[in-house]
Amino acid sequence: MTDLNRIRNFSIVAHIDHGKSTLADRLIQLTGTVAERDMQDQILDAMDIERERGITIKANTVRIEYPAQDGETYILNLIDTPGHVDFAYEVSRSMQAVEGSLLVVDASQGVEAQTLANVYQAIDADHEIVPVLNKVDLPAAEPERVKEQIEDVIGIEAHNAVQISAKTGLGIPDVLEAIVTRLPAPKGDPNAPLKAMLVDSYYDSYLGVVVLIRVIDGKIKKGDQIRMMKTGGRYGIDKLGVFRPKMQDIAELGPGEIGFLTASIKQVRDTRVGDTITHDKHPTPNPLPGFKPSQPVVFCGLFPVDANDFEDMRDAIEKLALNDASFSSEMETSAALGFGFRCGFLGLLHLEVIRDRLEREYDIDLITTAPSVIYHVHMRDGTMMELHNPADMPDMTHVDRIEEPRIKATILVPDEYLGDVLKLCQDRRGIQMDLTYAGSRAMVVYDLPLNEVVFDFYDRLKSVTKGYASFDYQMIGYREDALVKMQILVNDEPVDALSMMVHRDRAEGRGRAMCEKLKELIPRHMFKIPIQAAIGGRVIARETLSAMRKDVTAKCYGGDATRKRKLLDKQKAGKKKMRQFGKVEIPQSAFISALKMDS
Amino acid sequence: MTPDWQEGGFGLYIHWPFCEAKCPYCDFNSHVAASIDQSAWRTAYLSEIARAAAETPGRTLRSVFFGGGTPSLMQPETVAEILQAVRKAWPVANDIEITLEANPSSVEAGRFAGFRDAGVSRISMGVQALNADDLRRLGRLHSVEEARKAFEIARSCFERVSFDLIYARQDQTLADWRSELMEALSWGSDHLSLYQLTIEPGTAFGARHKAGGLKGLPDEDLSADLYEVTQEICYHAGLPAYEISNHAADMAQSRHNLIYWRGGDYVGIGPGAHGRLTLEGQRLATETYLAPQKWIEAVSTRGIGESDRVIITPTEQAEEYLMMSLRLAEGSDLRRFTRLMGQPIDRTRVNELEDLALVELKDDRLAATQAGRPVLNGILRSLLA
Ligand SMILES: Nc1nc2c(ncn2[C@@H]2O[C@H](COP(=O)(O)OP(=O)(O)OP(=O)(O)O)[C@@H](O)[C@H]2O)c(=O)[nH]1
Ligand SMILES: C[S@@+](CC[C@H](N)C(=O)[O-])C[C@H]1O[C@@H](n2cnc3c(N)ncnc32)[C@H](O)[C@@H]1O
Ligand code: SF4
Ligand SMILES: [Mg+2]
Repeated sequence: MTDLNRIRNFSIVAHIDHGKSTLADRLIQLTGTVAERDMQDQILDAMDIERERGITIKANTVRIEYPAQDGETYILNLIDTPGHVDFAYEVSRSMQAVEGSLLVVDASQGVEAQTLANVYQAIDADHEIVPVLNKVDLPAAEPERVKEQIEDVIGIEAHNAVQISAKTGLGIPDVLEAIVTRLPAPKGDPNAPLKAMLVDSYYDSYLGVVVLIRVIDGKIKKGDQIRMMKTGGRYGIDKLGVFRPKMQDIAELGPGEIGFLTASIKQVRDTRVGDTITHDKHPTPNPLPGFKPSQPVVFCGLFPVDANDFEDMRDAIEKLALNDASFSSEMETSAALGFGFRCGFLGLLHLEVIRDRLEREYDIDLITTAPSVIYHVHMRDGTMMELHNPADMPDMTHVDRIEEPRIKATILVPDEYLGDVLKLCQDRRGIQMDLTYAGSRAMVVYDLPLNEVVFDFYDRLKSVTKGYASFDYQMIGYREDALVKMQILVNDEPVDALSMMVHRDRAEGRGRAMCEKLKELIPRHMFKIPIQAAIGGRVIARETLSAMRKDVTAKCYGGDATRKRKLLDKQKAGKKKMRQFGKVEIPQSAFISALKMDS
Repeated sequence: MTPDWQEGGFGLYIHWPFCEAKCPYCDFNSHVAASIDQSAWRTAYLSEIARAAAETPGRTLRSVFFGGGTPSLMQPETVAEILQAVRKAWPVANDIEITLEANPSSVEAGRFAGFRDAGVSRISMGVQALNADDLRRLGRLHSVEEARKAFEIARSCFERVSFDLIYARQDQTLADWRSELMEALSWGSDHLSLYQLTIEPGTAFGARHKAGGLKGLPDEDLSADLYEVTQEICYHAGLPAYEISNHAADMAQSRHNLIYWRGGDYVGIGPGAHGRLTLEGQRLATETYLAPQKWIEAVSTRGIGESDRVIITPTEQAEEYLMMSLRLAEGSDLRRFTRLMGQPIDRTRVNELEDLALVELKDDRLAATQAGRPVLNGILRSLLA
C-alpha cells in the first residue's frame, strides 16, 4: 500500500490531436517506466486501428514512479483519453477515477470544441486542472495568446500554464513537478471496508475479462472474495496488478491506487462500468452512485455481402461486443439484403471503426445501410415505439407524432468561415442558441437534430471551413418535428435498405441527391431503370438510368474463346457481389457510397 | 450423329510471333527480335504439322491462317514449305482459303508475289488508320500512302484482300470517322475488319490509361454512335456486318474465322496458338508455349510445342458456342446449344431480351439484333451468368 500523500491520479484531456498520447509517451519515457529500446510513438495506442488512424479510441492507464524535487518518490497514475467526440464517455468515466486533469492545448491552434467539452467535464468532476500548452516548438505556436484565450473562453487561470513540446521533450520535467505540487493527493480510509470503482473492463484472450479499478477505501488483495454491488456478481481474485503499461502483478492495492484485477469473469457484459467492488463478507455501506451507461445513438444495418458469411459474421460481432459495451447488435432480416444485424454505435467514427474491424480482422465484406437515430414514434393509441430502423416505420395513419433526438452542438470557427458554418447549421434545421467571440474565433452553439448530423455533417463542416472548425455535441432530448419516411424505388421496386427518415422540408432535396447518386453508382443495364424517391405513394424525385449502349468485345478469334469463357466465370462470381432487386443488380459498394452525401 | 465440330469445319492456325516494332495498343503474342533463324522456325512448324496431322488424320482442311505478329515478315519459301507440308498432311477442300496477315510496308509488299506463288489466296492487311497523325499515335511504321500502295500490290496478286482499321481512337469525332470510313470503302475491298480500339492491360496504352493518360477516348455514348454509323455506312456500301467487327460482301467472309465463330475444330501451331480439337468424342482446348524461344525449344527437344491440353466439358462447350456464335449475324443454332448443354436455354431470359428487341428467335436460331449487337456482352451475361 502506498502512502496517500505520495499518490497523484490524473487524466490527460484535450481536443483531438493536441498531443495527449505524445505527452503520455514523454512522461513514461522520462520516468524510465519503459526501457528506451521498447519505446515507440504513442505507445499507449496499441490497437491496430488506433495506430493506423493515429488516434486514441480507448482510454489507457499507466502507473509511473517519479522521484520529485522534494526528495520523495511519487506514484503517478495517468489516464490517456481519446479526443474524438464519439468516445467522450471514455473521458468522462476516466475522470471519475482521478482527482485532476492535465488540459493539453495545442499552442498553435488554441482552444477547440473538445477542449471546452473536456474542461466542463473536468470541472463537473471537481478536478484540479493544470493547463499545458503543447507544441511550442511549432513556428505557429502562440502560447501567450492561447493563455489569454484559455482565461477568456474557459475562465480558468492560465498564467502558470506549463509550456511544453511533447515532441522534443521540452518542459516535461515541469509537467511532472506540476503534477506533484498542483494536483491534490487522493483521499481514502485504508481501514474502512473495501470500496473500489469499476472504471473499465476489456476482454483478453488469455486472461478473460480484465477489470480496471480505482480503490477508494480499504484494501484489495489477490485471493480476496469480492462482490460487484450492482450486478451482484461474486468472484475470487485470480490476479491483481498495475499497468506499466505492461501488466505487472502487485500484492495489494490501497486507497487512491489504480490497477487491474482478473477473476474468471467470462464476458465484459457481466461487468458494469461505475459499479462498486467490495468485499463479499464486509461490504461497504455506501456504494458509489455509478455512471450513466453509454448509449448507442446511431444505428445501421450491417449485412454480409456473401450470405454464406452470416455465421462468421455472428461470431465476429459477438467477439467485438464482448469488448465494447457501447456497441449493440441484434439480428435483422431485410427483404433485399437477407440476414444481418442492426447495430448501434456511439457515432459515425465508432461505426466506421467497428465496420473496419469486421471487414479486416474477420475478413467479411459488408453492406452498410443508411445510418439512423432512434425516433420516438407516438401512436394514436397512446403507445410509443422506439424506431431504430426506418424499415419498421408503422403506417402513418396510426401515428400521432414523431419525435427525434436533438443535440447541443458547439462549434469553434475562425471568423472568416462563420457565415458558412451558420448557413450549414441553418440548412440542417438548426436553432441558434449562442454566438460569442473568443479572440479571432467565433463560438457557435446550435440546437440541431441528430439525424442531420449523423450523415455527413462533420465532413461538410470540415470542407466548408477547410478543416479549421472544431465540433462537439451532447444529447439534449427529444422533440417533435415533421418527419417522414422516404423510400427509394429502383425500377419500381422499393429498396428497404435505402429507406430513411427525413424532415418533410428536406425530403425533396435529399431524395434528389440520392437518386442522382444512385444513377452514378448502379451500372447500366440492358433496359432503362427509373430511380425514384417517394414518400408514401408520392414520388418526390426521379432520375432515369439509361440502358446500356455499348458493351461488346471488339476482337474475338480462336485464341480468345478461352479468355471469354474465363471472363464469364468471373462474371458469375461477380454476381455474388451484387444484390438483386427485381431485375436490377445493385453492387454492394453502391449502398455505402449512396449514403455518403457530399453534396 | 455427326460430331458437333463438323458444323463449323476444320482449319489450321499458324502463329508467327515477330514484328518489326511493337504497337502500343497490341496485346497479341508479338515480339521484336534482332534476328530470326528462319530455317529453325520452318523446321519447327513442319514438325508440329506432322504431329497435329497424326491426331486428326483424314479430316478435310477448309482453311489455313497465318496470323501474328506479322507473318508477312516470313520468307515466302518458309510459307511455301509449310503449305506443301499441309497439303501432304490433310486432304484439303477444293476451295481452301489460305490467309496471311500482312503489314502494309513496302518491304512486305515486295514479298506478296512470293506468298501468292507459295499458295496464299487471301491477304488481311493491318492498315489501322487513314490519317498520318493517328497512324503515328498508334505507333505504326507506315504512312497512308504506303498502305494504299501495298493494298494495290496485294490486289494485283490476290483475288481476296481485306484490311483492318482501328477506330474509336483518341479525339476521333463521329464526322472524322464517317469520312475516314467512306474513304476506306472507296478502296473497293470486299472485306473489312473494323475494330473499336480496346485498351488492353499489359500494353503501353494500358499503362498510360491506368496512369490517367490517353485522354479523349470516346465515352459509352460516342462509342455506341461510332458503332452505329459503322454498321449503317458499311451496310449501304454492300458490306454488311456478318460478325461484330467484320464486314463483307456476299461470299467474301473469312471462312477461317467462321470456323471459330461456328464452333468448329482448329489446330493451333506456333507460340501462344490456341486450338480446339474433338478427339474420341471429347473436346479439348490446346495451348502452346507463349515465349517464342520456349516454344521452339519444346518442339525441337520434346517434339511438341503444346504446353497445355484440357478437356472442355459439354456445358463449357455450350457456353463457348453461344458466346462465339452470337457474334455472327446468322446467330446460334439453339438445337446445338441444347444438345451440348443437356437442357434448353433459359426461355424467360430469351423472352426478356426479345421484349427489349435485343435478340430475335426464329426457328431455333437465336441472333442478336442490330440493337443487340453493340451490347452483346450484356446479352451473354443475362443468358449465361
Ligand atoms: N510539432 C509537434 N507535434 C506534436 C507535438 N505533440 C504531438 N505532436 C503531433 O501531433 C499529432 C497528434 O498527437 P497525439 O499524441 O496522437 O494526439 P492525441 O491528442 O493523443 O490525439 P487523439 O488521441 O486522437 O485525440 C501527432 O502527429 C504528434 O506527433 C509537439 O509538441 N510538437
Ligand atoms: C494480329 S493484328 C494484325 C496483324 C499485323 N501485325 C498488323 O498489325 O497489321 C490483328 C488486328 O487486330 C487489331 N488490333 C490489335 N490490337 C487491337 C486493339 N487493342 N484494339 C483494337 N484492335 C486491335 C488490329 O486492327 C490488327 O490489325
Ligand atoms: S498490331 Fe500487328 S504489327 Fe503491331 S504489334 Fe500487334 S501484331 Fe505486331
Ligand atoms: Mg491519443
